[in-house]
Amino acid sequence: MQAFTTLDGLVVPLDRANVDTDAIIPKQFLKSIKRAGFGPNLFDEWRYLDHGEPGMDPATRQPNPEFVLNFPRYAGASVLLARDNFGCGSSREHAPWALEDYGIRAIIAPSFADIFYNNCFKNGVLPIMLDAAVVERLFGECAASEGYRLVIDLDRQTVTTPGGEALAFEVDGGRKHRLLNGLDDIGLTLLQADRIKAYEERRRVEAPWLFA
Amino acid sequence: MSGQTLFQKLWDAHVVHVEDDGTTLLYIDRHLVHEVTSPQAFEGLKLAHRVPRRADAAVAVPDHNVPTTDRSQGITDPVSRLQVETLDANCAEFGITEFRMDDIRQGIVHVIGPEEGLTLPGMTVVCGDSHTSTHGAFGALAFGIGTSEVEHVLATQCLWQKPSKTMLVKVEGTLGKGVTAKDVALAIIGEIGTAGGTGYALEFGGSAIRALTMEGRMTLCNMAIEAGARAGMVAVDQTTIDYVKGRPYAPKGTAWEQAVAWWNTLHSDADARFDRVVELDAAQIEPQVTWGTSPEMVTTINGRVPDPADASSEVKSQDWTRALEYMGLQANTPIAGIAVDKVFIGSCTNSRIEDIREAASVAKGRKVAANVKLAMVVPGSGLVKQQAEAEGLDRIFVEAGFEWREPGCSMCLAMNADRLEPGERCASTSNRNFEGRQGQGGRTHLVSPAMAAAAACAGHFVDVRKL
Repeated sequence: MQAFTTLDGLVVPLDRANVDTDAIIPKQFLKSIKRAGFGPNLFDEWRYLDHGEPGMDPATRQPNPEFVLNFPRYAGASVLLARDNFGCGSSREHAPWALEDYGIRAIIAPSFADIFYNNCFKNGVLPIMLDAAVVERLFGECAASEGYRLVIDLDRQTVTTPGGEALAFEVDGGRKHRLLNGLDDIGLTLLQADRIKAYEERRRVEAPWLFA
Repeated sequence: MSGQTLFQKLWDAHVVHVEDDGTTLLYIDRHLVHEVTSPQAFEGLKLAHRVPRRADAAVAVPDHNVPTTDRSQGITDPVSRLQVETLDANCAEFGITEFRMDDIRQGIVHVIGPEEGLTLPGMTVVCGDSHTSTHGAFGALAFGIGTSEVEHVLATQCLWQKPSKTMLVKVEGTLGKGVTAKDVALAIIGEIGTAGGTGYALEFGGSAIRALTMEGRMTLCNMAIEAGARAGMVAVDQTTIDYVKGRPYAPKGTAWEQAVAWWNTLHSDADARFDRVVELDAAQIEPQVTWGTSPEMVTTINGRVPDPADASSEVKSQDWTRALEYMGLQANTPIAGIAVDKVFIGSCTNSRIEDIREAASVAKGRKVAANVKLAMVVPGSGLVKQQAEAEGLDRIFVEAGFEWREPGCSMCLAMNADRLEPGERCASTSNRNFEGRQGQGGRTHLVSPAMAAAAACAGHFVDVRKL
């Protein structure tokens, strides 16, 4: 996994609540057996006017000029500003894969759906929760100033605005450590192999039907 | 000191190790696998030269991509076919039991787990699918995970977790005639919202929940994720134990006795404390119909499409306006009377034998209305289909003009050929009314099986209690 330390990124605002993972990456693209290549189909049904299917050349598609990701001023954005309950719905990890493949490395919202939030950390994408009132203010600043960027520092747990205001955010210590260092979860868990074995041996006696 | 909640009991039984900050390595008893969220996990395992720690704890089934029509020619879409073949190959390589497409036991992963006795009380159950919450109906701790965690469970049989907060959703009283577990689920979501359960494990309790069958409890727990909760659960009682007994993978003999003794302790203690308690009166719950693009956008069959001007906030008002536009609905339109183009009875929410019976009892002696282009019934598994056919339910549907299909996820998410066309309106027994969920531009209204069958026959939403 790629590490996340600091990011100075252009912000794209997606002003709607309850954005679900079906919207982030529609089902037809979930048929892929690969992890990469979902970026061109991020928000496919909002982003294009024509219907998307796997294998289509993005260059032949008709972009929807009304959709915020297609506004020239947001080209190259790496910070997504969003509303409440971002990433609700299905557990598909294709959602953070698509965001990351597109170039989004951090998402700022008042709240996230649990499974999506967790999936982001496995893929080098940092989900940041800020108060709804603060997010509201960032939406305003972003709309008012073209080229609006935020500086995110995971180690210090801050989001810094162009005006120099540092907004603090919370992140679980273990997740932070793994994301800062780009660590492989499985490798770390396997260091606990003796404990797992001891649990299994005890459980095999207590609840043998679980090992039948 | 207060007693323990069911969640705490299940959690404590599975703790392998706790870090200083409370992050816990939790042991996973059952890992259900399907074709969509597993290929990259198996690939990751192979790239790292790892093997499953316990192949015997995993069971796989293809469900999302499988056709619900004649399967003798296999899957025609080459991309779908490759995904199912990849599952077949991975299971064969790693020695994981799989119910393949031609196996009578094949079906939706959340239907076959309980049906086979693969889901048992007291287990931790995970699957790369958000509707894994379904299995909590058995007094199990069950939740959906992403593909990275699918790989993690395969490699280690564990997951790193922090304990959830707990919420008791108490439904007391008796449900009215024609009111089902689906209506209870939608009423709860209407009450607490689609993010109301975020960060919580929900426990459903109260006399109305105790009175539900296992099928009803599964419907309810299935929808916990639509309230934002990764896990939903119901305490073990005699209904649970009677359902599990004799299932192919359920324990037998002395192991059964030993298991039941533990399972009977799997309920929240009388003095257990929850972080939040929500109470609903069963008698007040009416048949529910969603009108928007989020499950919380729901009202009763006797309600009306709401007016965005009445929303509690500006953001919500914009959401409602956008939803009404997408759904092609006007504010204040009565729900009863909204015409439907298609009807889908199926999905991991409502495709079990009781759901099929409920729909059949409405369809019996009636005909699908002329304006309904397609009304389809997709049983949850090969065994549900077989049981329904033994009871003659398939003939009731076919005589009424419904299509009787092969088992799978089908039009709940339209990964196979079953889908809505742009602008089509559907009465659906599935779990999500998101934009494009059932096909780009499709308009989904979530209802119970009885309400879906009633809509099919009337050609529009109608109060099933008045038929």
